[in-house]
Amino acid sequence: MVSVAPGLDEIRERAKPFPRRHFLSVTDLDPVRVGELLELAESFVALNRQASKKIDLLKGRTQINLFFEASTRTQSSFELAGKRLGADVINMSPRASSISKGETLVDTAVTLNAMQPDILIIRHAASGAASLLSQKVDCSVVNAGDGQHEHPSQALLDALSMRRAFGRIDGLTVAICGDVLHSRVARSNVALLLMMGARVRLVGPPTLMPAAAARWGVEVVHDMKAGIRGADVVMMLRLQFERMQGALVPSTREYFRLWGLDREKLALAAPGVRVMHPGPMNRGVEIDSEVADDLQVSLVQDQVEMGVAVRMAVLAALAARLDNR
Amino acid sequence: MNAQPLAFIGARLVDPESGYDGPGCLLTADGCIARISRGDALPGLPDGARVIDAGGAVLSPGLVDLRVKTGEPGSEPKETLKSASRAAAAGGVTSIVVMPDTDPPVDEPSVADFILRRARDIELVHVYPAGAATRGCEGKALAEIGLMREAGCVFVTDADRPIVDSRVMRRLLAYAGGLGVLVAHRPADPWLTAGAAASEGEFAGRMGLPSEPPAAETIMLERDLALLELTAPAGARLMVDQVSAESALDTLRRSKDRGLPVIASASINHLTFNELDIGDYRTFWKLTPPLRAEADRVALVGAVTSGLVDIVVSAHAPAPAEDKRLPFEEATPGSVGLETLFPALLTLWHEGQAPLLRLLETVTLAPARAIGSPAGRLAIGAPADLILCDIDAPRVIDASLLLSKSKNSAFDGRRLQGRVLMTVVDGRVVWESAPVPAQ
Repeated sequence: MVSVAPGLDEIRERAKPFPRRHFLSVTDLDPVRVGELLELAESFVALNRQASKKIDLLKGRTQINLFFEASTRTQSSFELAGKRLGADVINMSPRASSISKGETLVDTAVTLNAMQPDILIIRHAASGAASLLSQKVDCSVVNAGDGQHEHPSQALLDALSMRRAFGRIDGLTVAICGDVLHSRVARSNVALLLMMGARVRLVGPPTLMPAAAARWGVEVVHDMKAGIRGADVVMMLRLQFERMQGALVPSTREYFRLWGLDREKLALAAPGVRVMHPGPMNRGVEIDSEVADDLQVSLVQDQVEMGVAVRMAVLAALAARLDNR
Repeated sequence: MNAQPLAFIGARLVDPESGYDGPGCLLTADGCIARISRGDALPGLPDGARVIDAGGAVLSPGLVDLRVKTGEPGSEPKETLKSASRAAAAGGVTSIVVMPDTDPPVDEPSVADFILRRARDIELVHVYPAGAATRGCEGKALAEIGLMREAGCVFVTDADRPIVDSRVMRRLLAYAGGLGVLVAHRPADPWLTAGAAASEGEFAGRMGLPSEPPAAETIMLERDLALLELTAPAGARLMVDQVSAESALDTLRRSKDRGLPVIASASINHLTFNELDIGDYRTFWKLTPPLRAEADRVALVGAVTSGLVDIVVSAHAPAPAEDKRLPFEEATPGSVGLETLFPALLTLWHEGQAPLLRLLETVTLAPARAIGSPAGRLAIGAPADLILCDIDAPRVIDASLLLSKSKNSAFDGRRLQGRVLMTVVDGRVVWESAPVPAQ
C-alpha cells in the first residue's frame, strides 16, 4: 500500500491508457487492466488523504456528469474525482429540464457533444443507455449505472475495498445478497469478481433473482443463512422499491426477517467477515443498523472513500488514452 | 383489366398447390393465368403479348402477407399505403393484409372503405383490410364485424393488443364464427408481458432487460384454444398470430391433432433470429413477441416444415428513427419486412433448414386460402399474381435502400439469397428490377 502520494509525473507514468475509448462494462477490462487500475487508485487514495488533493492531470479537460437518475454519492464521487484531477466539471440533471420537454437521450447527447466535452459520465434508468450514448458522441463515455445492467466503477471500488481489507480478491467467497434482479451493482460485481478469481454466491428470494442466474458461473442460494455461511464478504444490495412492479416480496418486515443482515445471521459467516453495501442503505430492511455501523466489520465508509480514488484512476486512464490519440 | 398478355418462356415453375417444380411456360390474359405448359414452348401466342424469356428463373405465385402495418390513416410519416405497396411490389408480395390498429382504427366499415379506395387509386398490389375485433382494439365491445366483412375486411384482429377479457374473447369467436369470419389473435398474457422488452432467459438477465417468459404466450394460447373448443360448433375459426415459443407449439399441436379449426402463423423474424441478435441493445431487433432462444427458433422452423405452423408473415411494422433511436426498453418494437420476407425465406431453404415448396406454400397458397383468395397458385383461371425471381442471387441488405418510408429492418446488413426480378399483379407488371430480355 502506498502511503506517500506520488507526484504528477509518477502518476502520469502509472496511468496506462484505458483499453477502450469508453468504460461501459466490466467486460471492457481484463484481470491485468483491473490490477493496473487498482494500483493507480491506491496512488489516489494517498493523494486524497493529503491536505492538498489536487493535481493537474486532466487540466483543460471538460467532464460532464449527465445524471438522468437521482444520485448523491456516485455523482459527487465523479465530480470530486474530476475536480481533484484538475478537469472542468459540470453537472447536468436533465430529468428536470429538456427531457421533460420531450428531448430524447440521443438529442441530448448530440447537443452535449457539440460543446466538445472530453468525458461524459452518464447515469440512466434504462439498460443500454450508456452504450447508445457512446455511439453518438466523439468523447469518452463512462457508464455510471444504466438501468439494471451495469455499474462498472462500483465494481472496481468494491474490488479495491476488498483488496485493501484482505490483501487479495482471488479465492475470497463473496455472498451478494438481496435484490439481485434489479441490481446493476450485482451484475458488474459478478463479472469483476469472477474475473479476479473470487467465488460468488447470489443470495435472495427467487422473485428477486434474474432468470438463469445459475448459469452466470455463480452459486444461487435462496436461504440467507446457507448463503452467508463461510463467506468472507457479505455484500448487501439495496431493495429497489422504485423498480419493483407487483408482488415481489410480501413486506419489508418479512424481508428483513428472512434476508435482512443482522448479527445472528452474520455470525454464520467466516471469521473476519467484512460487510459491504453500495448505498444508500434501507436500514431495518436489508441491513440492521447495528451491523451497518460496526466499523469492525463494515466496509461501507471505505467503499465511499475508494469510490473517489477508483474514479480518479478511471478518468486518468481514459485521459491517458485521449492524450495518446 | 386490359393489361397486355404476358408470356413467360423458359421458366422454372414452382407451384405449391400442385407440388410441381420444373420447367414450363405460362401465359396471362385478362388478369388471369390463361395457359400453363410444362414444356419449353408456348405455341400460338396471342398478338401483342409481351414475351419474357425467363432464362430458367423461378416463376411462382406472388406472396400473400397477412400481417402488415402501415401508418395510414393517422401516422403517414411512418408508412403510407402507397409506400407499403411499393415495398410489397419490390419484395414480390402481391397481396397485403393491413392491420386495423390505425388512427382512427378500422373498427367500422367506412375506414375499411377508405383503405380499399386508396388501394384502388394506388393500383399496385392487392390491399385487404383486417377489421378490428373489438371497438378501438380495446378488447371491450365487439366491433361491427358483419358490416366490416361486407366492406371487404378479410378477418378480424386487435393486432398487437391481446384480448384480455375471456368473456369478450369467447363472444368474439362465437359471433365472428357465426358470420364465417376468421379471428386472428396474438396470445400474450398481459401481466406476464407487462413492461417486458425481451424474452426471459440468460441473455435478458445478463443485459438487465425486463423480460417475459415464453409461458406468457402458452398460457394465453391455452385459453384461446379452450374457448375455441366452446365456440367451434358455432363456426368459430382462429388464427394464432405469430407463434414464437416452443412450448406454445406443443399446445398448438394438441389442438390441431384433435381437429380444432385453428391455423397459426410465424413471423420471418422469429424464423431467422434469436435473442442473441439483440446484441448490444440493438433496437431493430426489439420485436413483439420478443426474439426467443435458439431452441425456440429451431422448433419454429420445424413446425413450419411439418405444417404445424401454416403461414409465414413479414410482420411488417414500420417505425421511424425517432421511435427506434432510444434505449432498448423505450424503443418501439417491430421491423419492416415486406422487401426481405422472400429472400429471408429463400435463405432458410438455401441453408437447408426447410424445403422450398413448403416454404413457398406458407407465403402463397396457405395465406391465400386463409382469407378466401383464389391467388397463391399457378392454375388456369387463377389471378395472374406472379413473381419471377432469381432464387440464388446473393445480396447484402442495406436498410437505407428499402422502399419503406421507415428503415427499421432487422435484416439490415444481413446476407440473404434471392432477388425478385418481376412482380405481376392481375396480369400487370408492378415491379421490374432490371430489363428482362424480350424475344
